[in-house]
Amino acid sequence: MSDYLVQFNNISKFFGKVIALKDVTMRLKKGEIMCLLGDNGAGKSTLIKTLAGVHKPDEGEIIFEDNKIVFDSPKDALDIGIGTVYQDLALVPLMSVTRNFFMGREPQKGIPFLKTFDVETANKIAADRMGQIGIDVRDPSQAVGTMSGGERQCLAISRAIYFGAKVLVLDEPTSALGVHQASMVLKYIVKAASEGLAVILITHNVHHAYPVGNSFTVLNRGKSMGTFQKKEISREKLLSMMAGGEELDKLEVELQEMDRIHNKN
Amino acid sequence: MSLKSKSISSKSSLNEDERLKKISPLRVLLNRPELGALGGSILVFIFFGIVAGDTGMFSAYGMLNFLDVSANLGIIAIAAAMLMIGGEFDLSIGSMIGFAGICIAIPAIYWGWPLWMSIIFAFAMAVLVGYFNGIMVVKTGLPSFIVTLAMLFILRGLTLAITRLITGRTQVPGLRVLIEDDPLAWLFATDTFKWLFTWLGSLKLIELRTDGTPLATGIPPSVIWFIALTLFATWILMKTRYGNWIFASGGDKVGATNVGVPVGRVKISLFIGTAVASTIFACIQVLDAGSADTMRGTLKELEAIAAAVVGGCLLTGGYGSAIGAAFGAIIFGTVSMGIFYTDVDTDWFKVFLGAMMLIAVVFNNYIRKKVTESK
Repeated sequence: MSDYLVQFNNISKFFGKVIALKDVTMRLKKGEIMCLLGDNGAGKSTLIKTLAGVHKPDEGEIIFEDNKIVFDSPKDALDIGIGTVYQDLALVPLMSVTRNFFMGREPQKGIPFLKTFDVETANKIAADRMGQIGIDVRDPSQAVGTMSGGERQCLAISRAIYFGAKVLVLDEPTSALGVHQASMVLKYIVKAASEGLAVILITHNVHHAYPVGNSFTVLNRGKSMGTFQKKEISREKLLSMMAGGEELDKLEVELQEMDRIHNKN
Repeated sequence: MSLKSKSISSKSSLNEDERLKKISPLRVLLNRPELGALGGSILVFIFFGIVAGDTGMFSAYGMLNFLDVSANLGIIAIAAAMLMIGGEFDLSIGSMIGFAGICIAIPAIYWGWPLWMSIIFAFAMAVLVGYFNGIMVVKTGLPSFIVTLAMLFILRGLTLAITRLITGRTQVPGLRVLIEDDPLAWLFATDTFKWLFTWLGSLKLIELRTDGTPLATGIPPSVIWFIALTLFATWILMKTRYGNWIFASGGDKVGATNVGVPVGRVKISLFIGTAVASTIFACIQVLDAGSADTMRGTLKELEAIAAAVVGGCLLTGGYGSAIGAAFGAIIFGTVSMGIFYTDVDTDWFKVFLGAMMLIAVVFNNYIRKKVTESK
């Protein structure tokens, strides 16, 4: 048995003539947080959807616990334990914490054909789970709309874990959050990993990724620029790789050139 | 894990203690969607109690009168409310009432079907119409406003065309004689608790006719259906998994789909619900009047939606309650009947209806902001 919980080997995805992803490889162990970094248009969204079973890869293979897996639908990915938390979180602001937590998977009780939604059990579980993250929901029947952005993010992650995620795919979990809220979410992600989950954290914010990540995969124009362990690479190096360092260097040279011409005139 | 998490949670609850805001009971009440309609109903009763208290409005007969009107509207308003919570509209409710009416009357009168078979036929047609509405909305992604507006015209046109083709008229009378001994029709045509009214009459507690029988003979079937449907819909919304799916489908279609809620199936079933409720409405009215009229139910879809909105349903879906819609219907029913007991010209009823709706929408909007506002 290999060390890896999940492996995405040489994944490619094409949309007509467009090469959205080419030969992207990611391997995760239990308890590992891999940060997937990339600028806008680098192919992050396509990769997430491929991991989540929305897209089928055109090339490459997905290996989960040493078994080769083919996803036909997002449900297949969910069933084996790949839980994806999208940027929109799939939370309904007008509905209560409990109703959101169990949306689509409500616990039931009672006799067949007259089964009822077991609200008491659901309330208890939801409050308990949120309590474990340190979010004190005084009233699990309060609307999610009253929660802060960070709390909502934690709720969505906590839900994915409760429903059996072994690999968490998090799409920009901190992008819309302030510093305090973001650190709360990151803390929770580290805690989840320490309990044995593998986490793929997708972000364009190196400052959020670097402190929590064990390894970093940089995506640029659909291609992986490689995976680096934390000790191999500095924050600055990551940043420059992500933004396409050469491009920035080139821009700097051009600006200097323009400046020079301007001064001469 | 448990140890660690315990320490975190206990620490944070200590930290957040001073941030704990006491939620007043009033605030809790304000967060319920049906509050506005409940308050409105109380106001309406107080108003008519003062203005028309000494007229016959609050006699047993008068009360059953406005309850009957409220109940009829309520039957379709509850179904409309559930559909609105699910995020869609049905503008074909009124036309479906007319259509269901002739689906009962023509087979029973012209084709010699037993009444119960015509009633079942009407319900089968309702399921078909609702299914068609639903599948059109779900599969095309078009706004239900447009799809059901088309259905409004199609059904009304079909009702008129078919009725005139078969009968040469626009009304089909003669149903009353068929009700007796029918195994199904009594469900929609029987006054209940007659013994209670006879007893009250014998004690001279309620008004009597000159022959000594009470003026109000029993609770009309509409009221029983109304109460039963309100309870049933509330049970579904609050206590079942399907109810949670309705809220989720209306609140965020994409999110609900992502976590495995069968949004399409939920919406289709709700469209079937409004069509079936329209048919219940039609059964009660057609059997009460003894005739089907092709224009029956005209504009009822708008009244049903108005009652649902006054009852706290958001036009954008995902929020509302069946009890609220029931109170919304009671407000409209009470005012539409009560106005006859006052000196106010009945022309003013529609002004009231419109104003009431406007107030309700502004109020609901405010509530939604309160509910969803972030800390």
